[in-house]
Amino acid sequence: MSEPAVIFDNISKSYPMYHHFTGGIKNFLFHLPKALKSLRGSRYEALRDISFEVRKGEALGIIGKNGAGKSTTLGLIAGVLKPTKGSIVVRGRTLPLLELGGGFHPELTGRENIMLNGVLLGLLRAEVRKKMDEIIEFSGISEFMDQPIRTYSSGMLARLGFSVIAHLDPEILLIDEILAVGDLEFQQKCIEKMMDFKRNDVTIVFVSHSMGAVEMLCDRVVWIDDNAIRMSGNTKEVVKEFEKAERNAELLRYVKGNL
Amino acid sequence: MITRHYIDFIVVLTQKEMKVRYKSSVLGYFWSIAHPLAFALIFFIAFKIIMKIQMENYALFLITGLFPWQWLANSVNVSPMVFIGNASMVKKVNFSRSALPLVTVLQDGIHFVLSIPVIVLFMFVYHKSPSLSWLYGIPILMGVQFMMTYGVCLVVSTINPFFRDMERLVSLFIMFMFYLTPIIYPESMVPERYKYLLNLNPVAPLMISWRNLFLDGTLDAGLLTISISYSVATFAFGYAVYKRLSWKLAEVL
Repeated sequence: MSEPAVIFDNISKSYPMYHHFTGGIKNFLFHLPKALKSLRGSRYEALRDISFEVRKGEALGIIGKNGAGKSTTLGLIAGVLKPTKGSIVVRGRTLPLLELGGGFHPELTGRENIMLNGVLLGLLRAEVRKKMDEIIEFSGISEFMDQPIRTYSSGMLARLGFSVIAHLDPEILLIDEILAVGDLEFQQKCIEKMMDFKRNDVTIVFVSHSMGAVEMLCDRVVWIDDNAIRMSGNTKEVVKEFEKAERNAELLRYVKGNL
Repeated sequence: MITRHYIDFIVVLTQKEMKVRYKSSVLGYFWSIAHPLAFALIFFIAFKIIMKIQMENYALFLITGLFPWQWLANSVNVSPMVFIGNASMVKKVNFSRSALPLVTVLQDGIHFVLSIPVIVLFMFVYHKSPSLSWLYGIPILMGVQFMMTYGVCLVVSTINPFFRDMERLVSLFIMFMFYLTPIIYPESMVPERYKYLLNLNPVAPLMISWRNLFLDGTLDAGLLTISISYSVATFAFGYAVYKRLSWKLAEVL
């Protein structure tokens, strides 16, 4: 068994309710004592006592309903969020796979955006330049590289984004629901590249609503429900339980709706 | 911490901003000059032609104050949106957030440099010529203004995601400062008993220094000292606010 790349030890994460502030100075100042008090008192709990490990080279799936805390978990691993309680260990360079066009600028060409994205994600300019041809080649849309990406289709944007990530030599890859874009041929290419990553001992944390993709890629799955871990372990078993719960919930809604 | 990657990041982001600004319209450079020039024209009509201010070379006087002011005002005015506009990046990627407001100030600074030839052109029209002291004066004053502007932008860009009213306060504040700073009028016209207040305005000594440098080629050590003090203080305050709040940006956005 290899060493863990990510360790979550009893992690809790809560946010202050920022709307007290963002609601405006007027509101805030006129109700200052109350506002300060409620600020301290009311916090939104996004994660509660989460513990898990991801071993090096392992692909971990995170599933759960919307708002369960999946994206918060990814944010904590990426280091953009700090836990309120508990400690996180992350060993290795993490790379988030941005959503469609995130970190891109529509007016710039494909080539310029590769540079922008590569440097944003931690490469030096010289390193991006060295890999430029390879990235363009992989994307399969080299004939559009000198056009502004506002002219790209969403499939082409996905190709560009994934191609950059694929050439960044990540050690820990964070994927938040992304593979559902692009045509079949490119999706196939993405899956192959992921498998490639796995063979090369890249750790993958994969958040998805697509159980098919989770089953194909992940070695283990953590199911987060209501901001806490409901179940974790073998992919097949957890996915089965999750789908069962989903069906039951559906059924319950249906029954309630008819009463 | 300034690493090689941080520098590369700044360079790429600045290139991006410049390209975006000039690419989308053929007249990119023209527009970035036309804006302060249009202001100058408006004030010229209002104060020289209509209110008949008693000043020689008023047009030249106006642009030597307006151009550096535009740098500060433009940067500060866009800074509320710096993090909000890049929310998806801030929420997912762990990069140095301070780079974003830095690039804003940097690119407006570059535009200011690019607008200096217009000042030179006006000087020739008024039979004046640039002075040698510009060679050290411009870099010094740019350094001072850069620090001050960056300090303000750090505060505004960091706080605005938490306090969205910041946006409106800032544009009002900028307008106040504009009229309270000797830009469209000379400091000599400020009534004697209010003159001491000029030194309480952090941008006034700087703007006066810019104009003196452009018009007469002089750089007053007293004004410069006050300006430097203000800019160091502003930057220190801005950086402290940023340090305290920046890690929460991904939560609030």
